[in-house]
Amino acid sequence: MTNHWIDIRNSDCILIMGSNAAENHPISMKWVGKATENGATLISVDPRFTRTSSKADIYAPMRSGTDIAFLGGMMNYILTNKKYHKEYAANYTNASFILGPKYDFKDGLFAGFDPKKKKYDKSVWAFERDKNGIPKRDLTLKDPRCVFQLMKKHYARYTPEKVSAITGTPVKDLKRVWGPYAKTGAVDKTGTVMYAMGWTQHTVGVQNIRMMAMIQLILGNMGRPGGGVNALRGESNVQGSTDHCLLFHIWPGYLGTPKASLPTLAAYNKKNTPKTNDPLSANWWQHKPKYMASFLKSMFGQAATAKNDFGYSWMPKLDDGVAYSWLDLFDEMYKGTIKGFFAWGQNPACSGANANKTRKAFANLDWMVNVNLFDNETASFWKGPGMNPEEIKTEVFFLPCATSVEKEGSITNSGRWSQWRYQAAKPPRGCKPDGQIMVELFEKIRKLYKAGGAYPEPILNMRWDFVKNGKYDAHAVAKLINGYFEKDTTVKGKSFKKGTLVPSFAYLKDDGSTSSANWLYCHSYTEKGNMAARRSKKDPTGMGLYPEWSWCWPVNRRIIYNRASVDLNGKPWSKNKNILEYKNGKWVGDVPDGGWPPMVNEAKTRRPFIMKPDGVGSVFGPGRVDGPFPEHYEPIECPIEKNLMSGTYTNPVAPIYATDADVYKTCDPRFPFVATTYRVSEHWQTGVLSRWQPWLLETMPQLFVELSKELAKLRGINNGEMCKVSSARGEVEAVAMVTGRFKPMMVAGQTIHQIGLPWCFGWVHPEDGGDSANLLTPSTGDPNTRIPETKAFMVNLEKSGKRR
Amino acid sequence: MAGKFFFIDTTRCMACRGCQVACKQWNKLPADKTKQYGTYQNPPDLNGNTYRLVRFEEHPSKENSVAWYFFTEACRHCLKPPCKIKADQIKKDAIVVNDFGAVLYTEKTKDLEKSFKTIKQACPWSIPTWSKKHKQLTKCHMCADRVAAGLLPVCSKACPTGALNFGDEAEMKKLANERLAAAKKKFGGKGEVLDLEDVRALYLIIDEQSKYRPVA
Repeated sequence: MTNHWIDIRNSDCILIMGSNAAENHPISMKWVGKATENGATLISVDPRFTRTSSKADIYAPMRSGTDIAFLGGMMNYILTNKKYHKEYAANYTNASFILGPKYDFKDGLFAGFDPKKKKYDKSVWAFERDKNGIPKRDLTLKDPRCVFQLMKKHYARYTPEKVSAITGTPVKDLKRVWGPYAKTGAVDKTGTVMYAMGWTQHTVGVQNIRMMAMIQLILGNMGRPGGGVNALRGESNVQGSTDHCLLFHIWPGYLGTPKASLPTLAAYNKKNTPKTNDPLSANWWQHKPKYMASFLKSMFGQAATAKNDFGYSWMPKLDDGVAYSWLDLFDEMYKGTIKGFFAWGQNPACSGANANKTRKAFANLDWMVNVNLFDNETASFWKGPGMNPEEIKTEVFFLPCATSVEKEGSITNSGRWSQWRYQAAKPPRGCKPDGQIMVELFEKIRKLYKAGGAYPEPILNMRWDFVKNGKYDAHAVAKLINGYFEKDTTVKGKSFKKGTLVPSFAYLKDDGSTSSANWLYCHSYTEKGNMAARRSKKDPTGMGLYPEWSWCWPVNRRIIYNRASVDLNGKPWSKNKNILEYKNGKWVGDVPDGGWPPMVNEAKTRRPFIMKPDGVGSVFGPGRVDGPFPEHYEPIECPIEKNLMSGTYTNPVAPIYATDADVYKTCDPRFPFVATTYRVSEHWQTGVLSRWQPWLLETMPQLFVELSKELAKLRGINNGEMCKVSSARGEVEAVAMVTGRFKPMMVAGQTIHQIGLPWCFGWVHPEDGGDSANLLTPSTGDPNTRIPETKAFMVNLEKSGKRR
Repeated sequence: MAGKFFFIDTTRCMACRGCQVACKQWNKLPADKTKQYGTYQNPPDLNGNTYRLVRFEEHPSKENSVAWYFFTEACRHCLKPPCKIKADQIKKDAIVVNDFGAVLYTEKTKDLEKSFKTIKQACPWSIPTWSKKHKQLTKCHMCADRVAAGLLPVCSKACPTGALNFGDEAEMKKLANERLAAAKKKFGGKGEVLDLEDVRALYLIIDEQSKYRPVA
């Protein structure tokens, strides 16, 4: 989130789209409730009327996979009706930037597309720059080649009628949503969006979010209380896991993982450190070399020296042009190239798209280690439906682990708040915290490498001074994450002793004198103590910032980009939206997003979006692989023959896989219904934890499929009857739940039916519970993140005649 | 102790089932083996192992596609409990009312098995159930032990949105009036608090009562 949970109460208009917050983030409805108590409007846009919709003032149905059409129409509405905040857009975003002559867009494709490589040449989307390399701008936003005007032209195509034909949302419902939301462009109002997997799990996932970010930028909602773009993370600590880089493409703190073509740290720093000639741009990523060196010092300690590039060559690199995401991992496993697998705290047999492919892939492994609390479809894959244990050679090790309440450590929530948790209960005998399992494994592995091995240096040189007597210590790890001065040193005129904790990332250096396992968390565990463990309820601004309750990154700044919440004089755009103000020569309120004085002080100021090289928010986004402006494409499997918006049917750079298990059937009469998957309050993800909990299972005992009354009539299905749902990849048995919460939609002149299933069931337990909805979903996904498109695909639905 | 009341604002309930499950956990009630029968509501009804049940009722609606009403149901702890009036005819004070108004089924209800159906029918909402495990009448007991110790009933404690409130009579009636006024403002004049004079569980609804739960 750019903002945080409590801040939602400061909003005037809350759009819950691509999310079912009441279902999956029920506590958040407390803050939504406080906003609506104060007169805020709650809007729910969803293919299905959900528990969230039941609390909304306005509900609009929408065909799954058409969010860009819906939001593009909203952008068109905002621009046409002049609801945007012009001064904010001109000064704080790149709306004023002039685009180079090569930028173009025609019939669904941006200029620079190579149809053979299926790739865009992004250099074609570059801005016009002056002789100093600073982007040319038209602050009046009138130049026909400025971002603002080109955006206007782009979304003029998203008329209400066209949008309605694509989304299936009646025009009156589109306007019921657009109208109230656009009103938040007024300075004394802010609107926020709460989104989740309903937006991300599409081949256009990133562009869905980009579209909303652009709307928020021109409405002037970014950096302001009750505004922002708020991702509701799907697990209590997934924010923590992405911060600490449990994804292939990043090192902790969102440093890009080095590619093999960059053999030295200097080469890496040269390629990956953004540059700017604009004296008004803080370009905070210019400090990347400090964070890289400090990270390497945290990895290799004393062994990392300037002479050996701080151990850069000991870190694994990515082969250029190769993706190692979830979809790619299981593709390789299916092809037999991966022989060993740690399924750590996960259940891929049920959680990943195209689950049949994943389950079959497991059979190619020599060994698998599953770390989990209960038996599950992954650990027991070899005795699952369709598997013959006699033919499977995989050796499976099950390591039972402690639950989150049985160990000490931190959890970073969606709002970036890192909250320390104490150990509330001891784990059962034999169950260990993950950290302890890792320590024991690594010490044994290292012992073996002392006697040889293919490449012992990284293993033997890895820093281990924070582990004493083979015991995992969360505090020691948290301190190393914050980082230490590795020798007596002076920074910014202050002297620090070797072995003391670094106060903040402003003190990190690129010369090996500091370590920090995650620069973003440098400030979280200092000589002052464990900031994440703080629990003070003081709220000096009264805006719900609670600056001393736990700790958030970066440097405890609660609302990111908050210098955009003030005008050029440093005064809040509106008195009622004050979380930061420049008073008597200093900033009062939240931690300012950079302590520089307001924009009127041209000599000393910096633009507010300090992480961007040009210092402004990206209305035009030249860094995405599928285009600088979001454009509606149909999902890879969709119900209509043509994309009504352009001649480009689907996302031209979406990843598609080519094994016999990767089957895609679009606009196929054998799979005539649009399907989506979702969660329920009562179960947790694949149900690997919650299906074993009798009180939860009692409330949601079996897989069900929700369908409209009209579709039920069409297929002769009664409520409560057993059905078969099938896709090109697999099938499941589910109990029919006939409901008015799905309704047929008019899309491109045809009647389209949508159905949905929760993905919380699996064959291991209970026996009659049903299996995973991911047996149906397709192995394709977003080209930027490669998150699977599990929210829009095509299925068939029919009575199965079986008993529940 | 002052008389205690529940105030349930159904306009805030999202049917998360926190109340239903918290009650199970505190009372160590076993789970039933249930089936999916085409609704989110499970178990289908209150029973000897389920003292609080969230009911789901769906109705067509002109405004927002459908109206989906959630009703967290448990004993109303009536001021003049019909179940007690009936039971007293058979075995006096098998059912008692304590000093803060909790209607409690004592061990003496073990002797009321033959009259169970009659006692159940006496209740306008069919709340009384028979516990096979304890072989007596059973239902919500207002977490009387917790309340006596100055704590909230667990259902109320678990509720994240302020739908399920509990407290002294004056406090709850004040809250009910405030929320009723807010509901009428928000829902075009609709809103009522049910059975204000007769029960200690006050429900705020914004549509006909029968749309929230089947009428007994």
